[in-house]
Amino acid sequence: MSIRTPLARARGLGSAKSGTRHWWLQRVTALALIPLAVWFIVGVVVLGAADHAAAVAWIGHPVSAVLLILAIGFGFWHGQLGLQVVIEDYVHGEGCRIALMLAMKGAALLLAVAGILSVLRVALGGAV
Amino acid sequence: MAADERPLSPHLEVYRPQLTSVLSIVHRGTGVALAAGMVLLVWWLLAAAAGPEAFAAVQWFNGSIVGRLLLLGFTFALCYHLCNGVRHLFWDAGYGFAIPDAYRSGWLVVAASALLTLLVWIVGYAVRGS
Repeated sequence: MSIRTPLARARGLGSAKSGTRHWWLQRVTALALIPLAVWFIVGVVVLGAADHAAAVAWIGHPVSAVLLILAIGFGFWHGQLGLQVVIEDYVHGEGCRIALMLAMKGAALLLAVAGILSVLRVALGGAV
Repeated sequence: MAADERPLSPHLEVYRPQLTSVLSIVHRGTGVALAAGMVLLVWWLLAAAAGPEAFAAVQWFNGSIVGRLLLLGFTFALCYHLCNGVRHLFWDAGYGFAIPDAYRSGWLVVAASALLTLLVWIVGYAVRGS
């Protein structure tokens, strides 16, 4: 039997075992992604089926490099928050849920770092 | 009936789909699809950083039938998730909760995301010239 009060047990514990931080961050990253997504769509459409030189020129441009890094960062941050909720909702076995959650978060981090490093490499002149 | 066998709400087999519930699950579906599509974006960036040969391989894939279908799906998922995401942000701010408003904004999202997808591809083909 616990001697903790019901309020102490409930405080800060939603179904995701944390308070409103997750919900709030999902909205903040969503807000940041609105202009970034619109800019990205326009940029890629204008780029069209560009050859390597044109794509490198666009990716490496100071403005688009910064916005691309932000889009990748916010995109994967927002995406892993969303996928976390999907896993919490549909995967019920605890071991399976923890394993899938770790794999998903790890994959998101890996892809985000790979994407950001590629942009940096192009922008800083490492790419031929 | 044992407690863990009782049907839970929403009992999807007998629950008539409505615009609001369909748009809600499509929002989640497009979110998952976009997360998967981010792999393609990272592949494109990695290839651009790796050099012309690797980049040509990605561009060949993007230009193939499968690639184009994936990109079309990605475009629609992005447009839909963006439009419906804005709808959700309005709800979060406390606006548009009345049933007629939810339906109006819902149909607006359907029309806007279809039109935006079409616009992106028409402009895309015009720029590309083929």
